[in-house]
Amino acid sequence: MSSSAKRLQKELAEISLNPPPNCSAGPRGDSLFDWVATLQGPPGSPYEGGTFFLDVQFGPEYPFRAPKVTFKTRIYHCNINMHGQICLDILKDQWSPALTISKVLLSIASLLSDPNPHDPLVGSVAAEYLNNRQAHDKRAKEWTQRYAR
Amino acid sequence: MDDLDEMNSPVSPISPQKRRHHDLSQDDDEDEDALAEFAMDEDGDQDDDFDGGDGEDDDDVDIDMGNSGVFSPVVADRDRDKTHIVSFTVHAVPAIVETQTREANHVATLLGTQPEHAATLLRAFRWNKERLIDLYFNDPDATSATAGVILDSRKQPRPLVVPGFVCDVCCADDDDLLSLALSCGHRFCVGCYGHYVETKIKDEGESRRIQCMQRGCGVIVDEKTVEQCVGKDVLAKYKDLLLRTFVDDSDFYRWCPAPNCQFAVECHVTPARLARVVPTVTCQCGTTFCFGCGATGDHKPCTCWLVKKWLKKCADDSETSNWISANTKECTKCGSTIEKNGGCNHMTCRRCKHEFCWVCAGPWSEHGTQWYNCNRFDEKEAVEARDHQAKSRAALQRYLHYYNRYANHEQSAKLSQELHSKTEKKMSEVQANSTLSWIEVQFLRKAVDVVVDCRTTLKWTYAFAYYLARDNQTALFEDNQRDLEMAVEQLSELLERPLEPEADKIAELKRVVQDKSVYCSSRREVVLEDTAKGLLEDRWKYNTDAQPAGSAGPSGGGSSSSA
Repeated sequence: MSSSAKRLQKELAEISLNPPPNCSAGPRGDSLFDWVATLQGPPGSPYEGGTFFLDVQFGPEYPFRAPKVTFKTRIYHCNINMHGQICLDILKDQWSPALTISKVLLSIASLLSDPNPHDPLVGSVAAEYLNNRQAHDKRAKEWTQRYAR
Repeated sequence: MDDLDEMNSPVSPISPQKRRHHDLSQDDDEDEDALAEFAMDEDGDQDDDFDGGDGEDDDDVDIDMGNSGVFSPVVADRDRDKTHIVSFTVHAVPAIVETQTREANHVATLLGTQPEHAATLLRAFRWNKERLIDLYFNDPDATSATAGVILDSRKQPRPLVVPGFVCDVCCADDDDLLSLALSCGHRFCVGCYGHYVETKIKDEGESRRIQCMQRGCGVIVDEKTVEQCVGKDVLAKYKDLLLRTFVDDSDFYRWCPAPNCQFAVECHVTPARLARVVPTVTCQCGTTFCFGCGATGDHKPCTCWLVKKWLKKCADDSETSNWISANTKECTKCGSTIEKNGGCNHMTCRRCKHEFCWVCAGPWSEHGTQWYNCNRFDEKEAVEARDHQAKSRAALQRYLHYYNRYANHEQSAKLSQELHSKTEKKMSEVQANSTLSWIEVQFLRKAVDVVVDCRTTLKWTYAFAYYLARDNQTALFEDNQRDLEMAVEQLSELLERPLEPEADKIAELKRVVQDKSVYCSSRREVVLEDTAKGLLEDRWKYNTDAQPAGSAGPSGGGSSSSA
């Protein structure tokens, strides 16, 4: 078994046994390299009550290369665009082989609680977040109701 | 501590390898020699001291006279450092590696640490040893932490078998698993380390900032550790990348821009001085380039920022609009741009059918019957319009004046390749028609080299002159420029002339060509020396074209281009 498969098996065991709060993840089918994850909208955020699905693709270079994580559920968030791509440092240049998928999911959950409007992927949402927080939260809640229920 | 002394000045600006890009012909050197000695004899009284004195004794004589305080020391021109030539050293790769090692070892002794940690520290400080040592002794922990080093001689990373260890990355837990930890203590198996470092080196081209695999840990993987966990070819690439960063990071080193050239040039001209010095250097491979801006070729006497400005001006089409303003007028009614390409002064705008007078731009109806003879010529409005047009026309013509000459010399210098092959043919002809040997006909090739050098210099003198304000200094400069240009054209013509096969004619040709090339070289020297001195003394006054914003002028441009 390749070292990445071994590592993924270990991670799977760990995340099934001891899942991080509000998260779950596991292989979509037979392949160990293709996972589906779910995130519950963090309490206190406008995403509360929503269930967000994510695609997680591990490459053969895992864990030396970051996995590809995308939102499958639409979400109104300044760091996540309409294609579900996520702008998060640990998925890009700050990736470290010692990170695991459960840590990544936790980071994404905290990104939902605390958006980073100063380094946005969707400029208009970031501007709204900074200038008119109420309208932003209202829209985010609407989207959560519409897409994530 | 002999070694230490050497380490203190590992990068002395003047060294035996010092190379001068300029090579006066042998004859010229001898002439100067004779002149210099003649000058000394003229000094009289000290004749005895000079008797039998050859070049090697000169130094002693200078010192003696300096001490006596009565006579100012006589220094032959060739011994004097020329202002327009900067000293520099060409280094091959092994020498650069050695310099790095020496610097690292020196810092290691000072800080009492391992050389590989010292190297990491130095890299974080872009090899600025003084600043590193300064900051380090102020606050050792913070300084090493920002650089990603934990200085602890007890924690030497080496592969170990740790009982019960499970690698966080690959989840291997074999009993004989070798693992490594940097001084931060984050332990991973050697295989994972190797894979990680290899990915960083091969895929990301990273070398000096490969961090510990632990998320958020900023400790840098040092050279020793890399050596322990990657294969030969990856290690070679890693060393190569480290070497590149050393030269790229240092203000005093620059790689030769020639393709496949492995040399780096060391030159101690800081970016701030570029407004006053043009650091032209020549690599061992023969490529001449500017140490300041990295452009190939010799752009003296233009400073780097003037070169940048001039090339931009030549490249963009600001001159198109200049032409438009010099050659066209706008219809006073609809504003269409109109070029008058013939006919009388009675203009009818094709677009709005407005009729007006080209001379005064007033409506044609007011001209009455005095067709073809505008009587409103001297009225204020018309005068202003004419002034404006004359000004922009003058500006355009001024630019074209300098540009045409610049382009002409550039073109001629480019044709030198052709001239070289032509000369090659001529040289064999000369050999066939006379008793001269191969060595003896080299004067022709030398003359071509002189022409090319002089044309390159002339080219840039025109760009330089374009930015100079009109004053006496500029007049002197233009005199020098004219002398050089005349000499070069004459030499050029001599070289282009068809060969006359008679032996005495060839001897005559050789004499004339040699005389002329020596003269050209000396004129070029005069131009370069004068401009270089002027730059150093801040003697050149630039015109408004040269000022980018207010008085920030030269120094501002110089430093920003280097940033």
